[in-house]
Amino acid sequence: MSIPKTITLEVSRYSPERDPQPYFQSYEVPVKKEWVILDALNYIKDQIDGTLTFRWSCRMGICGSCGYTINNEPKLGCATFLTQYGRGPIRIEPLRNFPVVRDLVVEIGEFLEKLKKVKPWLIHEDGNGTGEYLQTPSQLEEFRQHSMCINCLLCYSACPISGLDPIFVGPAALALAHRYNKDSRDQGADERMAILSHPEGIWGCTFVGECTRVCPKHVDPAGAIQQYKIAGAIDGLKQFLMPWGQKGKQPKREAQKS
Amino acid sequence: MVNKETEPIFWSLFSAGGVVAGLFLPIELLIFGIAIPLEWMHQPSYPALLALVHSPITRIYLFVLCSLPLFHFAHRFRYTLYDGLQIKHLNEVVFACCYGIAILGTVTAGYLLLTM
Repeated sequence: MSIPKTITLEVSRYSPERDPQPYFQSYEVPVKKEWVILDALNYIKDQIDGTLTFRWSCRMGICGSCGYTINNEPKLGCATFLTQYGRGPIRIEPLRNFPVVRDLVVEIGEFLEKLKKVKPWLIHEDGNGTGEYLQTPSQLEEFRQHSMCINCLLCYSACPISGLDPIFVGPAALALAHRYNKDSRDQGADERMAILSHPEGIWGCTFVGECTRVCPKHVDPAGAIQQYKIAGAIDGLKQFLMPWGQKGKQPKREAQKS
Repeated sequence: MVNKETEPIFWSLFSAGGVVAGLFLPIELLIFGIAIPLEWMHQPSYPALLALVHSPITRIYLFVLCSLPLFHFAHRFRYTLYDGLQIKHLNEVVFACCYGIAILGTVTAGYLLLTM
């Protein structure tokens, strides 16, 4: 199929202090084979309308800044080509389930709080896991997939539970907690379980699976949460059947310090 | 009612029920719902089937086959009601109704299998 010379972008505009509600503004941008949505937005910003506001940084799917809702799908602006949309138009909105600061920029403060809550760092009795520890390739493989998260928040935008229940910890943060639990150098699984084993943590997920479908880095948050639930269920059943054995429980993981 | 103490238990039942409903129920449906009526398989006599059901292993199998999928249904339906109808404020009623049905079905299955 031939590439059209131009394509229409319908971009959501919103300034909370001025506009009663978001509205769409159309821009005609040139189409080049190698152009992604982010190139088109930068073209608008540089050539047509300097007031358009959006986040971006690396342009190569690493920083996770340019997540937008593109034709009703949460996608990275830097990884979505204009040519995927034929003759258009392409509708670009901010990520769903977040308050909008301006145009395509969303407020992510609450997410950052949730992220901090799951303790996404190495917890080790020797300190804060700052030492050097040996790890075999197979031990790395245990969590490598879940460590690819770039915090782009597409999963929060796609997750219906995050939309319905704002206090739900959410896919990326839970997957990251699971990533550290699976790390052979970490001993913080019990600490995290105490924080996340509640209805707003792992039990809040109803396994819709949209998070995994939209994840641009194939982290599989839904799978990670289900694995976390199995660990949570075993932990919960142990507490239920053997409440005497759970007090003063020591961290189970052992890491080999080099 | 939904708390960190009970949720792992109900999720475990849900999960186990999903496995049973996904792996074993289709086999039963294929044998008794399709293969035997279409005469792909020999039809067992009533006394033979009754003797099979009287075996303790068969009774346990049938009890698990009836009970766990009911808990799978209860958990899934509970969240469907919460999120689909936005009635999380009726938490206690939904919880009691969904798991009540599962418990009632389980008790009925247990009673029928024991008194058969």
